[in-house]
Amino acid sequence: MHEVSIMAEAVRMAVETANAAKASRVVKLHLRVGTLSAVVPEAMEFAFDVVCRDTIAEGATLELESVPAACWCAECQAEFECDSFISECPRCHNLSGELRRGRELEIASVEVS
Amino acid sequence: MCKECGCGLGGDVKVGGPVEDHGHDHVHHHDHDSGQHHEHEHEHGHGHDHGHGPQTVTLQRSLMEKNDRLAERNRGFFRAKKLLVLNVVSSPGSGKTTFIRETATKLAGRLRLGVIVGDLATDNDAARLRTAGIPVVQITTGTVCHLDADMVAKAAEQMDLDQLDVLVIENVGNLVCPADYDLGEDLRVVLLSVTEGEDKPLKYPPMFHSAHVAVVTKSDMASAAGFDRNLALANLGRASHHARIFELSAKTGEGMKAWLDFLAEQQAAVKSGRKSTKH
Repeated sequence: MHEVSIMAEAVRMAVETANAAKASRVVKLHLRVGTLSAVVPEAMEFAFDVVCRDTIAEGATLELESVPAACWCAECQAEFECDSFISECPRCHNLSGELRRGRELEIASVEVS
Repeated sequence: MCKECGCGLGGDVKVGGPVEDHGHDHVHHHDHDSGQHHEHEHEHGHGHDHGHGPQTVTLQRSLMEKNDRLAERNRGFFRAKKLLVLNVVSSPGSGKTTFIRETATKLAGRLRLGVIVGDLATDNDAARLRTAGIPVVQITTGTVCHLDADMVAKAAEQMDLDQLDVLVIENVGNLVCPADYDLGEDLRVVLLSVTEGEDKPLKYPPMFHSAHVAVVTKSDMASAAGFDRNLALANLGRASHHARIFELSAKTGEGMKAWLDFLAEQQAAVKSGRKSTKH
């Protein structure tokens, strides 16, 4: 629900990166978003267009990589994909709340020119 | 500003170290029009992408790092002040203000509470607390649907923290956005009133999962609301297996004692320098 402020931060970082690289334009942003991160990809895309306006990132491409959530099962010593914070291991059926992935809100890379 | 939920674009805080903080990932600009040959000062022996087209810079940074950093600063500051800090979150109308007011009133003479209140508009909540003799600083967020660490730092400056034992931050009524914003609190306290439905923890798992304490409020209305206590507790347990759960009515005082004792215990731990336990 707070996609605009998150996108604004992503674009700020991208512009900062472009400036540091003495580049004149941000061409592409690559973000990694966990499936349990509580943000909606469509809203991220909508927010992206809004916050890019009048910056050197205007017209840039947004690549949203979805990171599937995974829990760690201590019993099986293995990860399993899950869709909530506490999930049942498909192998041993024990509950696990040890989330290893899925909360990502990261800027992986920026393409500048 | 966000047209969907009222989120703002954040404050004007500028925090952000150099991008090149660890010897790689840096990029050189090639000024092709100048006719100069490329003579870079390569301080590092590894290869760079010298392609003349777009360059990809790897960042791998969290989009929450600015807030997280400010939150840690708050946490260190509050710890130095030996303050126990609570971040109280819930949906609108769960009874945060009444709960905080009764907590402060019942602890009077034992612990001194101060409150930072966040709301989109009006200072009604702050006024209610002020009337009860509780020191309050109001943050009116305008369109922003959550408090962030920077707002809390600014509000805390306006409060005489040396006169307090416990700082309570009453977040904006919202079970979604505040989940991602660490404020520098010791304990995140989520409220679930009996009138809201037992499945709230399942509908908003990030918030309930991140809470150290879950408080079921308005317990005096449980039977009128047809509240299924066992189901609610089971759902709370599913969303968070670690949260300490209290059931109470701030209005009648029922169940308040256990909560107040817990708070006093947590405050003593902070005061004595023992790190506040998470639950």
